[in-house]
Amino acid sequence: MVGFISLFQQAVVFGTIIMFGAVGEIITEKSGNLNLGVPGIMYLGGISSLIGVFFYENSTDNPSKLVCALIAILCAFLAAALGGLIFSFLTITLRANQNVTGLTLTIFGSGVANFFGGSLNQLSGGVGQLRVPATSDAFRTQLPGLSSIGGAVGKMFFQYGWLAYVAIVVAILAQVFLSKSRAGLNLRAVGENPATADAAGINVTLYKYLATCIGAGISGLGGLYYVMDFTQGKWANDGTVESLGWLAVALVIFTTWRPKNAIWGSYLFGILYWVYMYIVGISRASQELFKMLPYVVTIIVLIFISLRKKRENQPPEALGLSYFREDR
Amino acid sequence: MTAATHKRDQLVRMVRRETMPLWKSVMVRLIAVVASLLVAGVIIYLLTGASPIKVYESMLQGAFGNSAANYAQKSWITVRDTMMLLCIAVGLAPAFKMKFWNIGAEGQVLVGGIATAACMIYLKNLPPVLLFLCMVGASLLAGAVWGLLPAVFKAKWDTNETLFTLMMNYVAFQLTSFFVAKWENPIGSNKVGIINQGAQNQQGWFPSIFGQDYMLNVILVMALTVGMFFYLKYSKQGYEIAVIGDSQNTARYAGISVKKVIIRTMLISGAICGLAGFITVSGSAHTISTSTAGGKGFTAIIVAWLAKFNTFTMILVALLITVLDKGAIQVATQFNISKDMSNMITGIILFFIIGSEFFINYKLIMRKKEKEAA
Repeated sequence: MVGFISLFQQAVVFGTIIMFGAVGEIITEKSGNLNLGVPGIMYLGGISSLIGVFFYENSTDNPSKLVCALIAILCAFLAAALGGLIFSFLTITLRANQNVTGLTLTIFGSGVANFFGGSLNQLSGGVGQLRVPATSDAFRTQLPGLSSIGGAVGKMFFQYGWLAYVAIVVAILAQVFLSKSRAGLNLRAVGENPATADAAGINVTLYKYLATCIGAGISGLGGLYYVMDFTQGKWANDGTVESLGWLAVALVIFTTWRPKNAIWGSYLFGILYWVYMYIVGISRASQELFKMLPYVVTIIVLIFISLRKKRENQPPEALGLSYFREDR
Repeated sequence: MTAATHKRDQLVRMVRRETMPLWKSVMVRLIAVVASLLVAGVIIYLLTGASPIKVYESMLQGAFGNSAANYAQKSWITVRDTMMLLCIAVGLAPAFKMKFWNIGAEGQVLVGGIATAACMIYLKNLPPVLLFLCMVGASLLAGAVWGLLPAVFKAKWDTNETLFTLMMNYVAFQLTSFFVAKWENPIGSNKVGIINQGAQNQQGWFPSIFGQDYMLNVILVMALTVGMFFYLKYSKQGYEIAVIGDSQNTARYAGISVKKVIIRTMLISGAICGLAGFITVSGSAHTISTSTAGGKGFTAIIVAWLAKFNTFTMILVALLITVLDKGAIQVATQFNISKDMSNMITGIILFFIIGSEFFINYKLIMRKKEKEAA
């Protein structure tokens, strides 16, 4: 039981990163844009928040936690949305191929992040020296009142930094937006059949731009959570963000494009990813095989939804295609 | 037409272009590359304060050497890496031409590499010719299996291949980690180390030809490049691929078995990517690690796409990207900044080239003056 509680805790922290990534990508994909730049976008979000608060914390003697958090969130969201904007401009306005553009965005984002991450490390005197204690503290603040609940329930549900709960709220909001609001309906129409949506008077270009940029911004918060809570304000150039970003893309498929499923799906991915630590007596080599699980499960889900052919579980019909009104 | 309706016309209108003369499309791309180099130069200047001319000079030195002593060595490494990238892109060409988005090259290269390394480790006592046959066969087979899985599901149940092949990359990635931990040498290092090291051993290493260690890499990849060009352009199978790429319905109507062609093409595509793993492990790295493919599987997608599936154009694009990469690493070392800058610069340059495609595929028409219209 103790083992399961700590596994669950690890899974929630891990899952929150990819939940942000996946919810953002679901909104993007619902507009018909398959943005394979999620890892790059998460990189951009993570490094920008770190740069922002690094300069803020170093410029004042007594940094305010609230300002730290605001700067970090703003920087992460804006930088990630900017990544989304590059993608949007190239794929929506210039009709470039989405896969190619997305992969380039990932290369670009990882380059930018690791370059500036390395420079920040240098500025602060070497790898591991970079510290943003006030901001990291700010993000690791737990929910007041609830965090004092003891016992297994308290440990499993109420002892995380507040951003973990924000992720759940964002996922629920995204779900309500997509399934209940007029704008959400329009967005889904754009992703399913842009020509029909266009004929119905929906501004396809505007919807695609907004969905991609806002979606990217949300994905970027995953990078923020990774930097501030998961690694506690350090920058390590080890490619973890990239593999997390691809897991977020996998999670989008796993949820069958529904943000609400991302809430439990992300924790399940976390459990699948970390379960090897709690199995006694397996070799280090076999541990690596266990880390395969989230991807294998995703492939199985992908096969399953294509076998069942239930319409509501399919990817958006126009996913990956650019729209040009005069094409037939 | 009255002036009132005219006001509602867009200022700029875009129209799809049917064709563009070759020289024009080459010019567009050249302008894009030059513009991107200028932007990259400005960024490097802002970051390092070094004059852009110096930076470009240093980039060229990074790719081709800066003294008589290392011209040959540096250039050969650039050629070797270009060949690796080219080989994967050539493998992707038939799949992409069929509009089958094989994003799984990274994984296909890795499993090809694992198969090669396994042969080098377990079969090193075989006669060299037999060993090489095993290595080639195993890597082809491994890559083909990795390509076959998504293809079968695509053909039978229309499973989204972009997402499937993407996921297969990470299965391959963890599989590589598994074998690295299994074969680690020395124990505890979590690295496989150089396989069959030592002048007396070197079983399963590419022999040097004309005194060049990487000559065989060049010969193999160039043969594949030429072969793939003719396969796509002049063979019946290549034609079937082109028809399916244009329209699956047309292909069905013409009596082409779409399922069969999808599966066959992905077998070929995966197998060539697996062979790229063989060429890397046996022909240059002599080891296997999770960075054996090193992101080249993804970069090759961009190469294949930008070259519009023409394998000869791919040589140029692959060379350009490799030179940029080597150059940026040199700049980083010389000006004492992080070598991750190379990815940033590559990204910027690719953004420009990708964007320039627009001007090749579409033309912009300005609104006519009212007098002319009236």
